[in-house]
Amino acid sequence: MSNAPVDKGRRRFLTVATSVVGAAGAVGVAVPFIASWNPSEKAKNAGAPVEVNIGKAEPGQLIRVEWRGQPVWVVRRTPEMLASLEAVNDQLRDPNSDEPQQPEYAKNLHRSRKEEFFVAVGICTHLGCSPQFLDQGMGEYVEGAQAGFFCPCHGSTFDIAGRVFQGVPAPYNLVVPPHYYINDNTILVGEDGEQA
Amino acid sequence: MNKLIAWFDERIPMTKTWNIHLAQYPAPKNFNFWYIFGVLATLVLVNQILTGIWLTMNYVPSAEGAFASVEFIMRDIEYGWLLRYMHSTGASAFFVVVYLHMFRGMMYGSYQKPRELLWVFGMLIFLVLMAEAFMGYLLPWGQMSYWGAQVIISLFGAIPIIGDDLTLWIRGDYVISGATLNRFFALHVIALPLVLVILVFLHIIALHEVGSNNPEGISIKKPKGSVPDSEKPKFTFHERFTKKYDIVDAFPFFPYYIVKDLVGVAIFLFFFCYVIFFAPAMGGLFLEPPNFEAANPLKTPEHIAPVWYFTPFYAILRAVPDKLLGVILMFGAIVALFVLPWLDRGKVRSVRYRSTLHKVNLTVFAISFIALGYLGLKPATEVYTMFARIFTFLYFAFFVLLFFYSKNENTKPVPERITK
Amino acid sequence: MKQLIKSTLLVAASLWSVATLAAGPTVPLDKADIDLHDKASLQRGAQLFMNYCLGCHSMQYQRYNRTFRDLEIPEELGIENLQFTGEKVGDLMTNAMATEDAGNWFGTAAPDLTLVARVRGADWIYTYLRSFYVDESRPFGVNNTVFPNVGMPHVLEELQGIPRKTTEEKMIDGEMQDVYVGIKTDGSGMLTDAEYDQAALDLTNFLVYTGEPMMLEQQRMGWYVFGFLLVFLIFAVLLKREFFKDVK
Repeated sequence: MSNAPVDKGRRRFLTVATSVVGAAGAVGVAVPFIASWNPSEKAKNAGAPVEVNIGKAEPGQLIRVEWRGQPVWVVRRTPEMLASLEAVNDQLRDPNSDEPQQPEYAKNLHRSRKEEFFVAVGICTHLGCSPQFLDQGMGEYVEGAQAGFFCPCHGSTFDIAGRVFQGVPAPYNLVVPPHYYINDNTILVGEDGEQA
Repeated sequence: MNKLIAWFDERIPMTKTWNIHLAQYPAPKNFNFWYIFGVLATLVLVNQILTGIWLTMNYVPSAEGAFASVEFIMRDIEYGWLLRYMHSTGASAFFVVVYLHMFRGMMYGSYQKPRELLWVFGMLIFLVLMAEAFMGYLLPWGQMSYWGAQVIISLFGAIPIIGDDLTLWIRGDYVISGATLNRFFALHVIALPLVLVILVFLHIIALHEVGSNNPEGISIKKPKGSVPDSEKPKFTFHERFTKKYDIVDAFPFFPYYIVKDLVGVAIFLFFFCYVIFFAPAMGGLFLEPPNFEAANPLKTPEHIAPVWYFTPFYAILRAVPDKLLGVILMFGAIVALFVLPWLDRGKVRSVRYRSTLHKVNLTVFAISFIALGYLGLKPATEVYTMFARIFTFLYFAFFVLLFFYSKNENTKPVPERITK
Repeated sequence: MKQLIKSTLLVAASLWSVATLAAGPTVPLDKADIDLHDKASLQRGAQLFMNYCLGCHSMQYQRYNRTFRDLEIPEELGIENLQFTGEKVGDLMTNAMATEDAGNWFGTAAPDLTLVARVRGADWIYTYLRSFYVDESRPFGVNNTVFPNVGMPHVLEELQGIPRKTTEEKMIDGEMQDVYVGIKTDGSGMLTDAEYDQAALDLTNFLVYTGEPMMLEQQRMGWYVFGFLLVFLIFAVLLKREFFKDVK
């Protein structure tokens, strides 16, 4: 055994360097373990964008489709419904849709790409129940309103653009999912599309 | 930091354990290449446990879903193929390192007094490992999984009187079925790994109680007071080791053998990763081609061969024309290893100082084992069966001969100290 | 001791060389010179598979969109030209034929082909596709030298033409004898012999791809891992040498 003096600096450098390389390796090994928790191809396929045919929708009708396991509504609104939007503004919590509950292209009065068609995730922003669509008779719950959505679980109310009324438990407007028009008769729910 | 450590040390033996087992554990200074495999086995065990846990997250243990779920993992899960190949390659790697680890023990007499129990724990680990591997191989539910399990379970049918009932009980059905798959799954992912980890723990405790052997087979523990201070190593060893003995020719496991093992680990990982990334099936040795076809109880593959790590024992089984005797010999081949510490009556440990007869005997044993492994992969033709019989004879001859010559063996003088 | 290790390694090496467990083919297999990097070949193979095979053989573990992605086929183009039954692009490549129907029509269900290359090997598939021959005694009028009494028709016949076992008269030991010289087609197919071989190769290539769609990614990653291990090894060796100065 030699008694040559130990080069402490070199030893420290090599220890640190090897540890750093080893730690980098450990991080690398962790990648597949962590990445494997991402949605599988199967889940991605099941959650793929959904086409909705709106060609046959009557005015005032609601079409319900499933997207990523959630109900998505497409409502063809009548001119009267659209006309009522301005009227209820001062009864709403967030009339201008300032909260990021919709894509940029739906941040307008009617909360949709085209005035006529309203696309929304049909889940109450309170505790996740699915509200009922009332094409009339909304006045029972909100004075002066005619059509809208009513959540039976805790009585939250939304207007016909999914905007939440004041004084109900739900904090935000209904979520508008990404969507775009493939053509005049078809909406694709789940993608913003190139025109976004 | 020191305060924190002190806080823990008052409550659990943290620093003490670290010192006894690593920083102040005296390891003989002459460990060679053969001493890496214990560390590698531990590394592979960790790999198997981690990847195994992750595989269960998507594996479906049912006859209907198992095969498809493995392909689902391979294709639809991000990096699922990597996790699966790490696990399947790890299984084979486990046996590679364990066989080499065992052979190291045989070469240097690491099973001899006072390490008999250490050896027996090791053999128990080997036995549990074989059960673990066997049950794990059923899980992909491919043709080889199915028919391999069929053959092995049928072996128990050779046991007189209870044989048939026993095989029925193991399968839980008249054929291998979902019931068999589910119980194997439960044992493979929970029961056996638990036993394995406990045995590994006991193996290491036993090792650190008696101390490591070395390629010279010379003890590094000398009678207290017999070694002048000038010849003692300059390192501090835990008083547990120095209380009764003077320790010579050793240095602490940490950091010296840790940094040395890092080199060995890196080299091992080259081989390991080569298989994972470039030859995951290892030409049909690690993943057999028929196993990429889903299990079909109505169609037997042309040639059923177990995975390579079972083939030495499988060859012994096939070499014997009588079913019961074949099963007895096959298990006997493992039992013989269990009792090796008592079969070897020699006083000299390392093959370096033992007789030429022993060297030849051990070499023949190693060759027989590998040859049997090779023959177990091949179809049982007449020529192959003849060879299998010869090597089976030689395999057992090793133990018998050892028992007789070891008592009065013509050994070389063993030095007092490890010289370098 | 050295000798012991040496002889052990020698035997181990000879064991290692027993790489393939032969399934005992009676016909020598032709080498399938496939290339997974050849996207054009894979695309042609995919097209052949979708047109000629998928009707009966499913590919139930492989997804359309992954196939398009890996083979560099634009998704719209793939949906239009390679998907015939109107599934979603992310769906598995199953087929509509019920197992029972197949059992009734062919005597046995047509096996799924996702993993066939891992079971049989590329050479086997390549040779098999080129080894059909006319045999009137069989229900479909054809047999196969690689897969005797195969239970399927020769679906590529319109491409290959009608293949027959051919013999030629040759002088052997001073006598004229009929000697089997292989399978020859009558030239009625849409492809020449060379083109047909290429088609078989493309199809084989595609099946090898579907057996292990991750293979290219896997190998690319392997090189990075080797690179990392090399760096780690260098540091580990230097570190070990530094510490062992204490004990040398």
